[in-house]
This record gives sequence, structure tokens and C-alpha cells, in this order.
Amino acid sequence: MREWADFTAEADDNGGTRLVLTGPLLISSIGVIDRKLRDWQGSVEEIDLTEAGPVDTVGAWIVWRFARDTGAQITGASEDAQRLIEAVQGAQGEGNVEAPRLPLITRVPAAVGTRVYNWGLGVVNLLGFLGAILIAFGSLVRHPRRLRIASITRQFELVGVSALGIIGLMSFLIGIVIAQQGAVQLRQFGAEIYTVNLTGRLAVRELGVLMTAIMVAGRSGSAFAAQIGTMKLTEEVDAMRTIGVSPLEALILPRLIAAVLMMPLLGFFSAGLAIIGGAFVSDLTLGIPFFTFLSRIQEVVPLHDIWVCMVKAPVFGLIVALAGCYQGMQVRGNSEEVGLRTTMAVVQGIFMVIVLDAFFAVFFTEVGWG
Amino acid sequence: MSEEQIAASVERRALRFDPERFQGEYPVVVEGLVNRFDGIAVHEGLDLKVRRGEVLGVVGGSGTGKSVLMRSIIGLQVPDEGQIEVLGHKVTDLAEGSQADIRSRWGVLFQGGALFSTLTVGENVEVPLREFYPEIEPELRHEIARYKVRLSGLPEDAASKFPSELSGGMKKRAGLARALALDPELLFLDEPTAGLDPVGAAAFDRLTRELADVLGLTVFLITHDLDTLYEICDRVAVLADRKVIAVGTIPELLALDHPWIQEYFNGPRGRAAKASQERAKAMDKPAGGKA
Repeated sequence: MREWADFTAEADDNGGTRLVLTGPLLISSIGVIDRKLRDWQGSVEEIDLTEAGPVDTVGAWIVWRFARDTGAQITGASEDAQRLIEAVQGAQGEGNVEAPRLPLITRVPAAVGTRVYNWGLGVVNLLGFLGAILIAFGSLVRHPRRLRIASITRQFELVGVSALGIIGLMSFLIGIVIAQQGAVQLRQFGAEIYTVNLTGRLAVRELGVLMTAIMVAGRSGSAFAAQIGTMKLTEEVDAMRTIGVSPLEALILPRLIAAVLMMPLLGFFSAGLAIIGGAFVSDLTLGIPFFTFLSRIQEVVPLHDIWVCMVKAPVFGLIVALAGCYQGMQVRGNSEEVGLRTTMAVVQGIFMVIVLDAFFAVFFTEVGWG
Repeated sequence: MSEEQIAASVERRALRFDPERFQGEYPVVVEGLVNRFDGIAVHEGLDLKVRRGEVLGVVGGSGTGKSVLMRSIIGLQVPDEGQIEVLGHKVTDLAEGSQADIRSRWGVLFQGGALFSTLTVGENVEVPLREFYPEIEPELRHEIARYKVRLSGLPEDAASKFPSELSGGMKKRAGLARALALDPELLFLDEPTAGLDPVGAAAFDRLTRELADVLGLTVFLITHDLDTLYEICDRVAVLADRKVIAVGTIPELLALDHPWIQEYFNGPRGRAAKASQERAKAMDKPAGGKA
């Protein structure tokens, strides 16, 4: 069991009070005596350390603080104790340990104001970022040799090829769910055969590309933000600038280009696997043979649905990659910011994709691609 | 609250371990240490003893495994072979409970300071206090954090600042304040003066020596800084050829005939450091001041 430091009060020769401290005055043993000394009422003339054990700075601090507050004399201190008491005496401070915190009544308006101000700043920043990307892209078009083929190929692999497995599996399962659930509803009208139309058109027109965009936002948008953010923290981005390499050209354009080019392929792949999933479950539960399902798809899915898919996919890819790269470039300060910005990249990316998808749905129907 | 209640409530909150001061002669004993990375040996049968109360400088060329040695001693790197004893406990086969015990008795300053970036400097100092001594009242914890920050040579208002608001030198001092939070017996410093300007580095050296003397610390100090070696180290251990090839005072090392040691201490920088130390001594003597 731990031995706690303690004290006893006795009367000294002149009728005053003397505290005799006993036990080790160490950080591990001062829990009790600290509380008792804080509760102490009354005057003390002398603090006697002759019976105290070893002392460290925490013990010295407590003795000295009590002496300061009561005006008592410290006697019988060993050489070590004397030295430590002098050291802590010279180091007493008044400052706060926590970061300064305003009262609630000012903090709330201040927080709201900061939010609004930062939102405005964010809009300006984003516009500036888009402009810088356009300029960088323009100069890349004029000097196509500066295109970083190796870097783009690497991003192709990361964004596209390595995502095939997870996107394929996800789409296959979603195809199964659509066909199976759709069939349950359509059976009520005896219209099970329309499961093919439902699965085919939904997969090609909407879900394939939308789910892919969400998956790419989660896999690649977050990776863009975290990579670029970490490079900002370690000053790699600044190092690039000083060497004369534009971070926009070296880091951001390859990622944007890769996402824009890979998204249509991934979206199409996803739609295809969703249809295969639908065909698979129809074969098992509806009695529509697998290949009959696939050949019906050719008849019921109009070609313009493919075009809808191919128009939406690169736009979604651009949005997701832009959100990732933009948030990555906004990182400054500490490692917490990287996590925060990565989250924002994914949330913004997915949100913008869904907003745009709603817009596209109305738009394409209006132009007659319904 | 009555006195018994106070004692009972404090004891209820305290952790169940009983830290004891180390009384032996060698707080750190490394025997036959072997560390390999991908089959390449960094240490091969390394032996080292650190004496109680000394400031031991550890030098060696880049890649000789100075940091790996320190990480092995503090248990961050599990060695392939060998025995490491810290404060009388074997680090290599410690049970969880006694690990907590010896961890409360050493302080480590990492190269970049390694401050927790989401906490203020003061809160950084409080982290080990909360961890090992939950029975300490918040007021006392704040007081301790405050005086440790000042003891490490930082201004009062630094306690409420975040690490990102501090300069490199101040971060090191804040890291030192955290390393000293529990009044450790052993202090590990990994290149404390790297990246500091000469004035800041000299001030940090003086601070280390002062604290070591006042608090009675044993200091294990990795450094490249020759001035640091001359100014504050009692003994110097030289790492080369995967071993500690020599331990001793600088004059003792200079008497050895090892090419790396000769080059290290007798190179232009070594001579400059020696000369500046002799100048400082000569200037101090007439005034009778302390170095």
C-alpha cells in the first residue's frame, strides 16, 4: 500500500501553531496532504520538515504554497528540499492552463459570425481554386508535354482498377435487391416481366453511376484530401512551389483527369454488374432464364439511357475529385485538420453529386430522354 | 469533510501501484542488445550502463542506431536479443502493471517535441499527471502544470497556448515540461538542440544541466551537438560498428585511438567547440561565476 504524506499540528514555544510534516513528500504520496492543507483553517507560524521523507518538486511546491498563503516559516528542510523549494518559488506562475474561453453569451454570436465569415471566405477561395485549375488546365493544353503521364496512370490505377472489386460486388448486390424487391411489387399486377425494364433502366440511368460516385467519393475523394493535406502539413507542397513545380499540375490535375476519365468506365461497369445481378436473381426466383433477361435488356433499355450515364459520370467524377483536392489544399495547422478536411471532402462530394443528380434527372426528362 | 473521509476518497481514486525511488547504482543497464531490421543488424551485442545522477551523452554517426537504442530502452522497440534493465526492472519482459510503474518514473523528450496538437501546452503537461495520479485535485494539477512550464523556461502565458502557436525552440521546452511532469528519475532526450539556433541551443543546454542538478535527474541524451557534449555531459558513449565502442569523459575518449572518435572530436567543429568551452572557462574564472 502506498504511504501518504501527512501532518500533525502542535503548539510551539510561543503559543503559535507548528505543523510537523511526515512521510515522503512525493507526487505519488501528496494526494491526501494537499486536500487537508487546502481545508486548513487558522494560522500557522512554522512548517517543520525535519520528519519528512524524500521530497520532489511537487512536494516542495505544496510546502511552499502553504507557506506563502499562511506566511509560515519553513524549518528543518534538508539541502535537497531547500534547493527544490527555491526552484519552484522562482517558477510560480499565474497563467491559465486551458485555452482562453469566452462566456457563452459572446461565444455563440462569435461562433456564428466566424462561420458566416468563413463561409464567405470559402466561396471566394473555391472560386479562386476553380480559376487556378482552369488556368493550369489551359496552360497544360498549350504545353501538352507538361502532362504527367506517369502520375495520371498511377491515379488511373488507384481510382479505377483497384476499385473494380468493391464496386463490382456492390453493384451486383444492388442489382439483386432491385430485381427481387421489384418483382415482389410487380407480381401484384402480374407484370413480373417488367422486372427487366426496372432493373435495366434503373441500373444504367441512375444507380450505377450514382453508387459509383458515392463509392469513389469514399475511396478516392477522401484519399485525395488526406494525401494533399498531409503534404501541406509536411511542407511538401511549399517545397514544390519553391522548386518551380506547380502543385496544381503535379498533384491536382492528374487526380482530376483520372477521376473524370475513370468515372464513366466505372459507372458502366457498375451498371453492367447490377444487370447481371438482376438476371441472376430472376433466373432463380422468377423463372426468367439468365440469357433471356440479358437479351430483353437490349430491347427495353433505350440507347439514350447509356448517354445519360456517360454524361453524368465524368461530371460526378470531377465534383468528387474537386471536393477532395480543394479540401486537401485548405489544410493548415495541425493533424486534426487533416481528419476534419477529409470528412468534409467526402460529405461535400456526396452531397453535391446527389444535388446534381436530381438536376440531371429533371433535365434529361425535359429534353426528351425520359 | 473530515480528515478520514479525505484520506479515504483520495485512496479510492488512486491507482494501485506503488512507485519507489531507485537506489541502485545503474538505472539503465543494457546487455547484449541485438536489433535487426530486415536481417540487417543495427546493434550487435551492445552493452551500456548509465550511472545514477549523471548526464550521459550518446553520440554516433547517422544511422548508427542512437534513436533505436533509446526506443529499445523505453520499450517502444522490442529487441531481437539481449537484456535491458531500467530502474531495476527488465523492460524486455514486463507485466502490464509494472510497465505503468516504470513509465511513471521516466520522462521522454522526442525530437520534434511530439506534443499533442489538440491540447494546450499546460494540458499536455497534465496528461501524465491525470494518467498516473488521478487522485490529485484539478487545482493542484493546474498549479503543477504552471510551474513546470515556467521551470522549463517558458513564459507564463505559454501554458494556455496550442503547440501550433509556438516556435521550434518553445516546442522543445514544452516537450521538456511534459517529460518532467511526474518528477521522473530518468530523463531521455533525443537530440534536444537539433534545429535550434546557437543561442537557443546554449540556453537549452544550460537548462538541462540546471534541472539535472536541481532535480537530481539521470539524463540519457542523444546528440550531434559538440557544444552540448562539452558543456553538460558528465560522460559520453560512442556508438559505432553496431556497439558502444567507448564510454568515458571527453579527455578519456580523446586518448583512444579509434578513427571515428578522433575525427569526431578533432575535426574543425570539435576543435571549435573545445576552444569555445575553454574560452568560457577562462572568462568565468576571474569573475568567480559558475559555468
